[in-house]
Amino acid sequence: MAEDKLLHESPSQTAGPYVHIGCLPNFCGIGGVYAADPGSVLVNADTRGERIAITGRVFDGEGEPVKDAVLEIWQADAAGVYPSASDPRGDADPNFFGWGRAAADLATGEYRFETIRPGRVPFAEGRLQAPHVTCWIVARGINMGLQTRIYFADEAEANAQDPLLALVEPRARIDTLIAASDGDGSYRFDIHLQGARETVFLDI
Amino acid sequence: MSGESAGGRFLPRERDWHPPALAPDYRSSRLRSPRAPLLSLPSTLSEETGPVFGHVSIGELDHDLVHNYAAAGASALGPRILVHGYVRDQSGRPLPHTLVEIWQANAGGRYRHPNETYIAPLDPNFGGCGRCLTDADGHYRFQTIQPAPYPWPNGPNSWRPAHIHFSLFGEAFAQRLVTQMYFEGDPLIELCPIVQAIPRADAIDTLVARLDMDAALPMDMLAWRFDLVLRGRDQTYFDNRTEGL
Ligand SMILES: [Fe+3]
Repeated sequence: MAEDKLLHESPSQTAGPYVHIGCLPNFCGIGGVYAADPGSVLVNADTRGERIAITGRVFDGEGEPVKDAVLEIWQADAAGVYPSASDPRGDADPNFFGWGRAAADLATGEYRFETIRPGRVPFAEGRLQAPHVTCWIVARGINMGLQTRIYFADEAEANAQDPLLALVEPRARIDTLIAASDGDGSYRFDIHLQGARETVFLDI
Repeated sequence: MSGESAGGRFLPRERDWHPPALAPDYRSSRLRSPRAPLLSLPSTLSEETGPVFGHVSIGELDHDLVHNYAAAGASALGPRILVHGYVRDQSGRPLPHTLVEIWQANAGGRYRHPNETYIAPLDPNFGGCGRCLTDADGHYRFQTIQPAPYPWPNGPNSWRPAHIHFSLFGEAFAQRLVTQMYFEGDPLIELCPIVQAIPRADAIDTLVARLDMDAALPMDMLAWRFDLVLRGRDQTYFDNRTEGL
């Protein structure tokens, strides 16, 4: 199909302050419609891989936590395979769904995911990407969902070879994509929407 | 091993078709808009794959906001409407079995949410959430009540046009989209800084649902037709690809 026959994507609009109603109804007190909200715990007892937790907050341009944010993550399993029909390599861990959704706490703004450390995912020309988690953020005031990636501070060697991190300019901004390790498999990933520490957001 | 997905690369997003991050008339965007340019690169396997919700058990009433929060035998207050349409990608290919989630205010313009402060009453029989999977043809269908416009703290006298919020997944995380559906003929569309953050009138027009008398249920509910388009894949990327052409 020629480019000029392509349809336009539907324009994005903000998720607004009440995104929880549609995405996490139990979280905002609407019980009994869905048995459970889509969850922020991606693992069960049989999931393969190293358990990790990722917590953090989203901050606005004045350093205030964005308490109405909703975050989603998407990642490969421990072997680096995505649980998706579009991954040509075949079967991912059947006990890993790869996707999760979390609301920032309405009082503190803190979010938390419980997942596993993802394996390395291929890039073009036989190169590998460093272990990473794709992260997507919506909230009131965000006109189009913001995409970023969570890399891990203790994967320095893989990070140094990562084709996306290699494109970040100025180099100091790489730190905004790397979750700090608090030990015991716990990582902290704060997101700054604006300001001196603004997170690198992706158009990908 | 190749880093290409079975489906191929995604077309770049048309950033001048979507609202910019900073739309000063929409006050909340001022402190929540990134100022550095986005880091652009071609999609990788991480964006060309996405969650598959086929296994999620969608309840029988999940698509029916008239009844899914109502007491037995009761229904939500307000004009009953049917909202339906197709979800396609930019090449026109239907996106089957993909999750569509919606949320909305009630017939008085009030949301059921802890941060909501509007004086209009809650409807004890209306929750405001719904979801469904598109069928094999990419078609979705909800029944709900007509939401009302509502005031919001933006300017001195700001009102949102009546709208329904939509969240869509498609088949790859690159297609993830949240948007809003408006109603044909609503005079508030022109006055709303959230809508008008979209830079082109023809783009805004694609978010306006049309009255669909052919789908209306006589003596029951009017129908509104709202089609959605998610990002498409670059069809020139694979030489021998025929699917979707
Ligand atoms: Fe709204």
